[in-house]
Amino acid sequence: MEKVWELHGLTEEEYRRILSKLSREPNGVELGILGALWSEHCSYKSSRRHLREFPTEAPWVIQGPGENAGVVKIDEEVWVAFKVESHNHPSFIEPFNGAATGVGGIIRDVVSMGARPVALADSLRFGELTQEHTKRLLKGVVKGISSYGNSIGIPTVAGETLFESSYETNPLVNAFCLGILPAGRMLRARATSQGQILFLMGSSTGRDGIHGAVMASGEFGEDTEHKRPNVQVGDPYFGKKLLEAVMEIVEEGLAVGIQDLGAAGLAGSASEVAAKSELGAELYLDKVPLREEGMNPYEILLSESQERMLIIAEEDKLPRLEEIAKRHHLEGAVVGRTTEGGTLRVFFGEEKVAELPVSLIVNEAPVYDRETKEPSYFSQLREFDQDSLPEVDLKEALRKVLSSPNVADKSPVFTQYDYQVGTNTVLKPGGDAAVLRIKWPSKPRINSQKGLAISSEGNGRFVFLNPYEGAKYVVAEVYRNLSCVGAKPLAMTDCLNFGNPERPEIMWQFVQAVKGMAEACSKLNFPVVSGNVSLYNETVDREEVRNVFPTPVVVGVGVLENAEDYVGHAFAEPSEIYLIGDLSRSGRVDGSEYLKVVHGLVKGDVPYVDLEKEKALSQTLLELNAKDLLLSAHDVSVGGLMVALLESLFPSELGAQLEIYTEERLDFSLFAEMPTRVVVSVKPELSDELKDIVEKNSLGWTFLGRVVEGRELSLSYNGEPVLKENIDELKGIWQKGLEGFL
Amino acid sequence: MRFGVCVFPGSNCDYDTYYVLKEVLGQEVRFVYHTETSIKDLDALILPGGFSFGDYLRPGALASKSPLAEEIVNFAERGKLVLGICNGFQILTELHLLPGALLPNDSMRFICKDVYLRVENASTRLTHRLEKGDVLKIPIAHHDGRYYVPEDELKSMEENGQILFRYSSREGEPSSDSNPNGSVSNIAGVMNRNGNVFGMMPHPERASEDILGGHDGLLLWHSLISEGRVRQS
Repeated sequence: MEKVWELHGLTEEEYRRILSKLSREPNGVELGILGALWSEHCSYKSSRRHLREFPTEAPWVIQGPGENAGVVKIDEEVWVAFKVESHNHPSFIEPFNGAATGVGGIIRDVVSMGARPVALADSLRFGELTQEHTKRLLKGVVKGISSYGNSIGIPTVAGETLFESSYETNPLVNAFCLGILPAGRMLRARATSQGQILFLMGSSTGRDGIHGAVMASGEFGEDTEHKRPNVQVGDPYFGKKLLEAVMEIVEEGLAVGIQDLGAAGLAGSASEVAAKSELGAELYLDKVPLREEGMNPYEILLSESQERMLIIAEEDKLPRLEEIAKRHHLEGAVVGRTTEGGTLRVFFGEEKVAELPVSLIVNEAPVYDRETKEPSYFSQLREFDQDSLPEVDLKEALRKVLSSPNVADKSPVFTQYDYQVGTNTVLKPGGDAAVLRIKWPSKPRINSQKGLAISSEGNGRFVFLNPYEGAKYVVAEVYRNLSCVGAKPLAMTDCLNFGNPERPEIMWQFVQAVKGMAEACSKLNFPVVSGNVSLYNETVDREEVRNVFPTPVVVGVGVLENAEDYVGHAFAEPSEIYLIGDLSRSGRVDGSEYLKVVHGLVKGDVPYVDLEKEKALSQTLLELNAKDLLLSAHDVSVGGLMVALLESLFPSELGAQLEIYTEERLDFSLFAEMPTRVVVSVKPELSDELKDIVEKNSLGWTFLGRVVEGRELSLSYNGEPVLKENIDELKGIWQKGLEGFL
Repeated sequence: MRFGVCVFPGSNCDYDTYYVLKEVLGQEVRFVYHTETSIKDLDALILPGGFSFGDYLRPGALASKSPLAEEIVNFAERGKLVLGICNGFQILTELHLLPGALLPNDSMRFICKDVYLRVENASTRLTHRLEKGDVLKIPIAHHDGRYYVPEDELKSMEENGQILFRYSSREGEPSSDSNPNGSVSNIAGVMNRNGNVFGMMPHPERASEDILGGHDGLLLWHSLISEGRVRQS
């Protein structure tokens, strides 16, 4: 028989801790609250002590981690709020609704800060497309995101979709949202005094999603199907009405604080508000508008029904709050009040159904220092000598790389998302970063010349091969992407998707990756302002245990002084092509897409990032852009230099004559995924100026050839012609890589 | 001219349309809420894109039963200008102010991308600043944009010049390759017989500023705004 604590996802030790703190047995409702709030998902008990390593401050950071979203200052007029969050477990169980509610949840986080959400991004990971059920998951997740984001009217402007077998039974669905707000008007999840009302607004409360937080904190076994009722169901129509109602409340200054209802439902929201406000709270469960009959206090308290917000306000604002809720066809009711002292009291009519110290629920959740151990695979995979790789046919290799779903054209995914609604999208998906202008006509009215850049990355394969260096690589890549479009990188948010932290090898990956990220963030002055940790991304399938590749997804935000002065990745006119950046090391194909799809290997180390050079490259790109020298810029990333060049050619109507002079093997030059390298094109008469600036910043440059009229690509290697291709034919191969699967 | 932009719960291109009319074109404009029943102050009404009432039942179906819907019909009957964009077009067909219906795209996928439109009739209040055969680049973003009308009705629409735009190649050739959703006869926009009610799936408000990649939509707004004579075809 299951023990009482096990029903609530607690360990025996945790249960004993509760007994000693409480000096009595908790009742079922209390245990439900503690089980949910002490879950990994809510309490970060395995990760918390390591997350402290992240730099979280900078003069432009207004709000760092700990609130519903981070907030960064753009200038004296505008702030932005943003965060990324996972919805991995629900999306595997029910791809459409799991992904849709992931989008809805992250939007409400940003709205809680008082910001108008203006952009979404999604970072997705699936198993290999050779598996039938991967296709089903891919379709379902993309449709779910598309359905929610498009209907609520927030453009999905960035993201990635990658495929590796490690995600086969545990896909990753990370959703990012960014909102804009007038400077100085940020709200937090706090009350300012006792006696303030907790006004629950939005959808009615049902039995959906009870135990969601506990489920998201466990691994998958063979009972996954039974967890379907744990998945919440989203309704973007209610989400949109709720968004507009909250924007009105914020505009009229009716709220002192806002908290959305997410994991652990009303129990989670109310106790977090109380804890952050250093107050207590009372809840009146019989006042909660319900959509189902006969719900008991436990269910009402822990329901994760979507599209609900808790507005914290002074009592005298109630009539206006009720009016706004009614006008937007929403439920609205006072379900609680803040109180003196630090106790959460929950009533159902006259009956008191729970009474717990707020500190026990939130602040005294256990923190673990879990054991770490270097996994045995780590040294085994290092035994890799790229010189022993057989020579391959270049034409064939190029085709294999281009048609790999990780490299292929992602437009079959992003054209299902409305990336334009809001009319702020200046640079659409498909490039290094999306660029938005900053405007909203009313509620709130915002108008700025500046632009925002958003980029998302997270190469799990690299982090698997070397968690420390791989994580550095991920942060550096986001930083570089922002710089490529002409934005100064400001700050980032991250979602750390890892396996089961109770396995020392997984915990080792986690700790190493956090260290690598922290180092990159510090050196690049690129602070972490919000984030989320998703652990237990593990499947136990009879004898086999599968953990996902350790995957920190990083979403960075940068600012452009003028939204119109962005740099695209497409070649624009006949010009000269250069590779600029850290060119001092020879190419290594370790962990590359080329090594995987052409040689069938996932091996080696990771090319290390020189963070000083990365910083210099960013400054160089910004300087080049300020002097208007760049016709295009595109970083070397998945697929390597050859793919970067082709990605710049595909959207253009031009050709290229490439010449590579090197002592390296040609396949290493073309396919190594070396960091801190950017392909740029420049007018021939301006190339000397470009070279001067690159050299002044202690970086290297090399001439790669010319952009020419026509649609032909030619490549010579140390003076010998080695390749001639029709670009449209290659483009066709690239476009078909994913198309058939959606 | 005084414009109204309708706001139904779930409309989401209302702010975008309002912005173009007010900030880009400097017009007088106000939001008109779905509960309003007096819109006599307005000269033209725009039904913007979005998912009115969550698109439950059918896109546009519930909005056509809202209190404002009756006013829209009266407004149109008085000969005032009404333009429905995307979801707004769907609402106008549900209201029978425009012929035909909009069905799910033949791919059964939402599609967001730039398309090319060939102007089929340049003698209307929405298109008189253009020439017949002009090609416009304007984005679409919809799941239910496959225009359908029975063959005999299509014939009479053609005879009456009610077809405004056809999806085409950049060179202006309508073909199945340039038809993004399977619309009958590549139809992207239509008008009523009286020439005062217009519907189109593409979003002109998203193509009205160079910073967004194009301004072809402006030509439609300028046509609407200018009181200039509409040429007789």
